[in-house]
Amino acid sequence: MGMTIIEKIIQDHTKEEVKPGKIVWMDLDIRSARDFGGPNVVKNYEKEYGDVPVADRKKTFFTFDLCVPPSSLKYADNQQICREFARGQRIEVFDVDRGIGSHILMEEGLARAVSTVVGTDSHLNILGAVGSFGQGMGDVDITFAFKTGKTWFEVPQTVKVLIKGSFSSPTTAKDLTLYILKKLGTKKAALKTVEFYGKAVRGLDLPGRITLCSMVTEMAGIIGFIPEYGDSLKTEIENLSGTKFSPDEADEDCFYSDTLEIDVSGLSPQVAVPFSPDNVQDVSELKGVKIDSGFIGSCTNGRTEDFALASQILKGKKIKEGVTLKVVPATKRVYKEILERGILEDLFRSGAIISNPGCSGCAEGHIGLTGKGEVQVSTGNRNFAGKQGKGKTYLASPAVVAASCLAGHITNPKDI
Amino acid sequence: MEKSFISGRIWVLLDQNKRLIEDIDTDQIYHNAFLHITEVSQMGQYALGNLEGWKDFSKKASPGDVLIAGRNFGAGSSRQHAVGCFISLKIGLIIAPSFGAIYFRNAVNSGFPVLRCQELDELVAKKAMETEDEIKVNFRSGEGLNVSRNTHFKAEPMSTVQYDIYEAGGLFNYGKRISKG
Repeated sequence: MGMTIIEKIIQDHTKEEVKPGKIVWMDLDIRSARDFGGPNVVKNYEKEYGDVPVADRKKTFFTFDLCVPPSSLKYADNQQICREFARGQRIEVFDVDRGIGSHILMEEGLARAVSTVVGTDSHLNILGAVGSFGQGMGDVDITFAFKTGKTWFEVPQTVKVLIKGSFSSPTTAKDLTLYILKKLGTKKAALKTVEFYGKAVRGLDLPGRITLCSMVTEMAGIIGFIPEYGDSLKTEIENLSGTKFSPDEADEDCFYSDTLEIDVSGLSPQVAVPFSPDNVQDVSELKGVKIDSGFIGSCTNGRTEDFALASQILKGKKIKEGVTLKVVPATKRVYKEILERGILEDLFRSGAIISNPGCSGCAEGHIGLTGKGEVQVSTGNRNFAGKQGKGKTYLASPAVVAASCLAGHITNPKDI
Repeated sequence: MEKSFISGRIWVLLDQNKRLIEDIDTDQIYHNAFLHITEVSQMGQYALGNLEGWKDFSKKASPGDVLIAGRNFGAGSSRQHAVGCFISLKIGLIIAPSFGAIYFRNAVNSGFPVLRCQELDELVAKKAMETEDEIKVNFRSGEGLNVSRNTHFKAEPMSTVQYDIYEAGGLFNYGKRISKG
């Protein structure tokens, strides 16, 4: 019997026999902690292991991205706790200036195809976009990983999802992602790995793949892979990471627990309605929903191409009076790119607020929070009740957010 | 051996339509506003603090109580706090048809008992399992007894790894035990 991609990656990191449902101990190539979860890891580590060195300091990292620079004294304290531990252990810190940890791991070439990467970020499975088995874990797991370089893991089943048909502008990877989420809900891929195939996903660039893979978390899946790619994607990943891209592919005779088909022919822009990311509707069904604010950024839509798309719509125009648009690049590198390409200026002149790189939109202290009664349209990945505040958050593509901010209500970009 | 059993009074997490609440995410269990906390003892007060209808849970719960929840309990973030808050309240066990993957691991690694039970939706629908019932469950066999009604149910037994970590009192102790051989 052949193997699926996740089975191959796990087999590459354990001597035990790998098959779905079996728990194995696997080696971890990279272990990381953020400013969220990180101080808990430090506290656990010092309590359990004292000043014993971590298993391999060169494979261990802190990435500060949740509350950067700290907007509360508690996060300032927590970040310093991590820094001091890191100095003592000679562990590298990607500090408050750098941006979202999962993206940094890709940019630095640390999350490579066929590698295993863990960290205190539930969207670390975003690394499936570059063929790496990334997995978010809690602080107990990560403490243990720092100390031993290993973790136990139940080999997940794999479901094959064939995306049929194709779509065109102004529909984007985010709309594709939301539509897939609508179809899979939180049940069909729950606790499974997803392999996405078909023309519509084969053609996705890296930011598009990041968008799709990031929201496998909202599908309750373990991780998603997009095994088919062309030369341009290979070049794109190699240029970004500075490392060679040679991902695993599934064997022809591997076992899929299920094979599903989703037809995306002629797909229109999609929007996730509060309070669930899989509560997805066609943008036309929401036409006229008045908004107070917009947000473009997050690990799901915080790359240069996402801002380029928004600026194409916003350039030379002004966002609707009374609407605020918040823009947060994923990383310092993205910030530099949008600065040098003039995208930042176009966004600024349209009236957007541009912040320093980081997560945003996910927790208190972040940009992208809502007050009671406020309606926000966001490129983020979650809109659970109360998460970003007492207001309502609709999830959409950068194009839909930009168009909606011009109109003052949820709008299909083609109507601008 | 006695660690294989747990018994306690149950809280059934129902919505307004008297159905088990599904997809309860970690922000409803433990809101992101309190992520800066690192002391488990301080986490209990925020348990279910953002779940409509259950915001006063921390004041109602008693040590040893058991939580019955709908499928995909603990969806969302990786925060250990969402397990720690129940440890802080000394909750004895959580049973659900399924859990978010990271949540399940976090519970296992903390040595906090979580069990999957596919019969829950049906039991709750026919009112064969209601808040304040007393139940007893064997982690090794999955055999469950509703003591208040003298009826039986079946949960999935803990895997060997889950039980061993639980029995050791968490991943750290377990790790020290296995590395000693």
